[in-house]
Amino acid sequence: MAVELPFEKPLVELRLKIEELKRFTEEKGIDMSEEVATLEAKVKALAEAIYRDLTPWQKVQIARHPERPTTLDYIRGLCDDFIELHGDRSFRDDAAIVGGIGRMEGIPLTLIGTQKGRDTKENIFRNFGMAHPEGYRKALRLMKQAEKFGRPIVTFIDTAGAYPGAAAEERGQGEAIARNLIEMAALTVPIVCVVTGEGGSGGALGLGVGDRLLMLEHAYYSVIAPESAAALLWKDASQGQRAADAMSITAQDLYRFGIVDEILEEPFGGAQRDPAQMIVTVKEAVLRALIELKAVSRYELPALRYEKYRKIGVFTESEAPLLAEGQERANASSNIVTR
Amino acid sequence: MEKCKQCGQILFAKELDKQVKTCPHCGYHFTLTAQERIQVTLDEGSFEEFDANLVSGDPLHFPDYSARVERSRQATGLADAVVTGAGTIGGFPVVVGVMDSRFIMGSMGSVVGEKLTRAIEQAIERSVPVIIFSVSGGARMQEGIFSLMQMAKISTALARLAQSRLLYISVLTHPTTGGVTASFAMQGDVNISEPGATIGFAGRRIIEQTIRQKLPDEFQTAEFVLEHGMIDQVVHRKDLRALLATLLSLHAKGGEWSGR
Ligand SMILES: [Zn+2]
Repeated sequence: MAVELPFEKPLVELRLKIEELKRFTEEKGIDMSEEVATLEAKVKALAEAIYRDLTPWQKVQIARHPERPTTLDYIRGLCDDFIELHGDRSFRDDAAIVGGIGRMEGIPLTLIGTQKGRDTKENIFRNFGMAHPEGYRKALRLMKQAEKFGRPIVTFIDTAGAYPGAAAEERGQGEAIARNLIEMAALTVPIVCVVTGEGGSGGALGLGVGDRLLMLEHAYYSVIAPESAAALLWKDASQGQRAADAMSITAQDLYRFGIVDEILEEPFGGAQRDPAQMIVTVKEAVLRALIELKAVSRYELPALRYEKYRKIGVFTESEAPLLAEGQERANASSNIVTR
Repeated sequence: MEKCKQCGQILFAKELDKQVKTCPHCGYHFTLTAQERIQVTLDEGSFEEFDANLVSGDPLHFPDYSARVERSRQATGLADAVVTGAGTIGGFPVVVGVMDSRFIMGSMGSVVGEKLTRAIEQAIERSVPVIIFSVSGGARMQEGIFSLMQMAKISTALARLAQSRLLYISVLTHPTTGGVTASFAMQGDVNISEPGATIGFAGRRIIEQTIRQKLPDEFQTAEFVLEHGMIDQVVHRKDLRALLATLLSLHAKGGEWSGR
């Protein structure tokens, strides 16, 4: 039985009822097919109603669904001959980020992404897809390698965030992400980034500076996890739903803001319902993006990337001074002697 | 008169100013406003401010955000959490960005991103180095994804500065955390901090909850990140200006070694 989400409970209940009626028909020989048909129609209508108008919080739950395709599922679905490459050459191999080389429709690619596990054991090995600095450094090593050999880069983002641990801080989590941002800005090969599930803050952005940003229909991308925002705003982490609603974190929001270039449609009910179909959709979209980017010379890529990020921001610029007359700049009179 | 936040000694304003707002008894570094930082760092009268009239929008219509910005503006006289401009240090021209923690904890939203990006573009235009003084709680949650994307925007600008072979010095002051640490604050050719400054990515409380352990006091201090190789020097504020001037002189135009 598939893992069901809380808001899918009414569907689950109806489906159980249908099972019960079917069993009753078999056991007692009483024909309940009419009742079954009615209930099945009801399930269909209800499912459509639920999935058509998913709230941001429901999308967050779908994005975190344990049965969604993982980065390695996408990579193996996109390429026939993926070779995984390990290690940052400095400290260790971080299993929360995977990467390597493969060929998609004849195009050699470097593919990198955060990797979640399927079960508890695998998740402990993958650290729930939350990378340490060495993960970001491995990713950078592979990206520089891609640049050297003129291979496009595809990144898959599905992480709650960079791991907030003591060792991660010691080894420079902030520096590792910062380094990736500035290096990715300057790479002279195309970079296509796909947010497949959770786009958790700086930990997601550390693999997310590129020429195209694609996002799955029910994925989210946020400056802070909804639960953490709720903890800060209302001192209550259980109000994640309220925060998710306030923070405009869905693919649809980001598309409207001009930050996401394309939304990739998910199978009905979410990618976890039909991983094979989802992988095909992702492959087609990545291929489309790469074909578009093929028209750009490698030396123009950083300049276009610059323009892409340059225009992000919402502010106003007034001609007149901001402060009313008589309201001097604070501390303008403070008097410190140094020289 | 002020009481030292660390050792509790009573300090007179004159004494405090002479020490560039550090405690003469225990070395505690008081937080500087952007205005004060500019005053103690740049040559007198050399500062020319850029883009003073940028005000943040409210793209998410986030509860209470516009009002909070307005309150911060009224309270600080600042348009947002960074002041940018050009000036000289020891006669060497430089473009500076100076954050101010009084404005919504020095958080980075669209205005901080835009002003720093424009400042970096000005530096490229004028062919001068950039110094950014960070003091920030990180990305500004109320601007959501726009604030996260400022990390990428400033980074692409600094990548362009690097392509122009212009020096970038990052001065991380207390506290520099979150998305600011994970972007421009850690991207300097030279990263410098002041004694005792908190520098980190994840918040201490979140880490303690994750690892279910108390962290030692020195965790995420300037000295700690120096020891772990993330910054180049921890410098007392009294010596900072001279160090910056020397670094600028070592990178001055026309002074490069040109072998055949
Ligand atoms: Zn003291």
